[in-house]
Amino acid sequence: MSFIKTPAVPIESINPKVKDCEYAVRGEILNYALRLQEELEKNPGSRPFDEIIYSNLGNPHALGQKPITFFRQVLALCEYPALLDTDDTHKFFSSDAISRAKKIRSTLTGKSTGAYSHSKGAKGLREMIADGIALRDGYPANPEDIFLTDGASAAVHMIMQLLIRSENDGILCPIPQYPLYSAAITLHGGTLVPYYLSEAKGWGLEVFELKGNLDLARENGISVKAIVVINPGNPTGQVLSESNQQEIVELCRKEGLVLLADEVYQDNVYVKDKNFISFKRIIKSVGYSDDEISLVSFQSISKGYYGECGKRGGYMELCGFSEDVKDQIYKVASVNLCSNTSGQILASLIMNPPKPGEESHKLFFAEKEAILSSLGRRAKALEDAFNSMEGVSCQKAEGAMYLFPLIKLPNKAIEAAKKVNMVPDAFYALRLLDATGLVLVPGSGFGQAPGTWHVRTTILPDESKIPAIVSRLKAFHESFMKEFQD
Amino acid sequence: MAKPLDYESLNENVKKTAYAVRGELYLRASELQKEGKKIIFTNVGNPHALGQKPLTFPRQVVALCQAPFLLDDPNVGLLFPADAIARAKHYLQLTSGGLGAYSDSRGIPGVRKEVAEFIERRDGYPTDPELIFLTDGASKGVMQMLNAIIRNENDGILVPVPQYPLYSAAITLYGGSLVPYYLEEEANWSLDFNNIRQSIASARSKGITVRAMVIINPGNPTGQCLSEANIRELLRFCFLENLVLLADEVYQQNIYQDERPFISARKILFDMGPPLSKEVQLVSFHTVSKGYWGECGQRGGYFEMTNLSPKTVDEIYKVASISLSPNVPGQIFMGLMVNPPKPGDISYFKFEQESKAIMESLRKRAHIMTDGFNSCRNVVCNFTEGAMYSFPQIRLPARAIEVAKSAGKAPDVFYCLKLLEATGISTVPGSGFGQKEGVFHLRTTILPAEEDMPAIMESFKKFNDAFMEEYEDYRGYSRM
Repeated sequence: MSFIKTPAVPIESINPKVKDCEYAVRGEILNYALRLQEELEKNPGSRPFDEIIYSNLGNPHALGQKPITFFRQVLALCEYPALLDTDDTHKFFSSDAISRAKKIRSTLTGKSTGAYSHSKGAKGLREMIADGIALRDGYPANPEDIFLTDGASAAVHMIMQLLIRSENDGILCPIPQYPLYSAAITLHGGTLVPYYLSEAKGWGLEVFELKGNLDLARENGISVKAIVVINPGNPTGQVLSESNQQEIVELCRKEGLVLLADEVYQDNVYVKDKNFISFKRIIKSVGYSDDEISLVSFQSISKGYYGECGKRGGYMELCGFSEDVKDQIYKVASVNLCSNTSGQILASLIMNPPKPGEESHKLFFAEKEAILSSLGRRAKALEDAFNSMEGVSCQKAEGAMYLFPLIKLPNKAIEAAKKVNMVPDAFYALRLLDATGLVLVPGSGFGQAPGTWHVRTTILPDESKIPAIVSRLKAFHESFMKEFQD
Repeated sequence: MAKPLDYESLNENVKKTAYAVRGELYLRASELQKEGKKIIFTNVGNPHALGQKPLTFPRQVVALCQAPFLLDDPNVGLLFPADAIARAKHYLQLTSGGLGAYSDSRGIPGVRKEVAEFIERRDGYPTDPELIFLTDGASKGVMQMLNAIIRNENDGILVPVPQYPLYSAAITLYGGSLVPYYLEEEANWSLDFNNIRQSIASARSKGITVRAMVIINPGNPTGQCLSEANIRELLRFCFLENLVLLADEVYQQNIYQDERPFISARKILFDMGPPLSKEVQLVSFHTVSKGYWGECGQRGGYFEMTNLSPKTVDEIYKVASISLSPNVPGQIFMGLMVNPPKPGDISYFKFEQESKAIMESLRKRAHIMTDGFNSCRNVVCNFTEGAMYSFPQIRLPARAIEVAKSAGKAPDVFYCLKLLEATGISTVPGSGFGQKEGVFHLRTTILPAEEDMPAIMESFKKFNDAFMEEYEDYRGYSRM
């Protein structure tokens, strides 16, 4: 066969933004862990540990956390509505789950979880969420300003796509940050403008520092469009004080920044002296009008006490957005038609759980409290363990699901890391994995003050495993510090 | 103080993006519905919205997976057949902690294996589960691939006209260039290679690097099933021009004639042997939203990569990992779709019955609709050989076109709005999909219930005849 093959560009030269973006939470360390897992399965006993513990990712059910019974009853009934009509239904499902499922079904297009819903999400479900927001904050919410998405991450991408026109558009991000933000900014071609959280002050946010970085970026020709605030923080776990929140809101108003409030851990607060307060409530209680400040609040079904990561559900609530901008967001949402209905239903459930007096409330409350109190205990146990280790200090996890200890790596370790072309905290994390089977994420994946090293662990491993994890961690760290003693 | 998020300062690409399927007509239909008018939504392929029932077996399995405590109950057999129970246990075991845990970013390995086995059974060639990525609907997969390919506005993607406007929307959003190639309406919407060669030459002369080519088979909105010869020539073309072929095969289960069954682009590629089978880069898309399943709301899909370099696959994996994982229930629906009940299984009979009933009815409705449109003197409609849509060509009188233009509307938008207001039938104007200059179409689905079809076609004919009466003059109507 003779032919002329014209030279053309192969797919190898793919979009450089795709090549540039990074996401350490599921990066190198995870790949190594998966190989170790395979090895363990082929040769049990080949390692000083008998299982890999994936503490790299906030994925509660993967580590044994059970789903909330009421939520799953409702979901099963929605998925297979024939269950609603049998004589035996009441043997398996509580009556409030049955009535909630009926109510939810009536909101679904074609009464089926199998139909595309409205592109913002089923209206009836958005109404339920709006009611839940109003109850939480004491201020009304408009269902038309709520967009249900396949996880909060999808909503973050939508907003970044909307805001970023070129690399001259900047987004202020906390350092350390959850690397969805850095990855999304890179993917959409913008510039990340860092602001450093203060570790010594419990990862507090200094507005002075924020303003300084904002001004610097502007001097360099960056048009800073928005600021990301993660509250409770990831990886840092701090819960902002109300006065801090007010300062941030005031800065956004003055400087014309869109406030992107990642509030996915709003149901994870472990300290008695702090409460979650939504940024929406702050804005409304101060009395700012819609003209003065634009806010996007993100919530997810993946965290809290429900931990339904695999369902991919979440929403963003828009405040202070003009109709023509909201139309554009709706248009982009409609290209993907809608988010998955299982996630939508869960979003309506977490914002509207069983209330006292309802049949399922007792069990619901018990399950919720058990999970949250256990999380609090695990946070403390691991925090204490880290603080007892030589050269390690760990801020308290006031909320969220992580600990982010500071590790003073000896110079010899840093050199050893450089020799194998690794970032020092990645080197430490890899050695830790090798010795203990525990998968953590190097702090460099989140950003940190230059010259400091951290690792992020979740607080999610089953409570019964925590003592063994703690002893293995301590043993590893001791031997590591000894090996690389200066 | 200027608002930080003014319309003016939004990403230009977002502003330029259009997606007619949920555009002007749909918004107007929704308004009318709020005012109390009965609307028949035939704007989107959304079977359950129009009364199609979900298949029983998959819903039983997924319900059990959602509520695994049911499996612990000794009386669960009262509510569920044994094979649904077994299958639920099978899928739960494949997950990393039930439906609530993030899975592998590419999808649950066990489900991807089921997909690979399905592909091998269908095509007769083995495939690697590692090259199959599950996604939240096929649309997400399409967007991921286009995002990986498009570097800037000089990168072009060949897209059929008419096309499903996900492609035009995604190309705009990612800042690339759409290079159109026209399907031949008179030849049953088949591929016209002269036109394709002209399109690519024209694009290149403008400095566009044409990177990929989209085919939709069976076609949307056009419904044609491509011939094997067409696909072979297409693959040869992609080989010579070094294009990635993006094969949207989401309607592969929806076939309403027997002359041209569905053959996957991959099968034909491998039938052609080396060098093509080793070099042509192909990405194939499938979904649980269509077929006789119609599980749109679950958002389940996959793409399969053939002959892409490992480095490229890694980059795509990396981007997938930022969104952590596709939704797990959707993945289970996909597993069930590619691995349905088999003869001998308890649920097989009912499953077969339900599936056959839907398929037979779709075939009937394809005919009713095509015939109904063709019975109007100013309408010509190719038969819906596959997919879920009818795309009749409406010949509009010159005066209607003038009135439309003075109202600031494209002529087919004008027609469709009038149709909506008169009958409640909500369609999508052909301009939303692309068409030749001066030729007008509308897209409707064949999904309204079979018993409602005759009345709907009656209602359409009545409107159309009245419209022609109003706008036609003694000189006759405009033609292509």
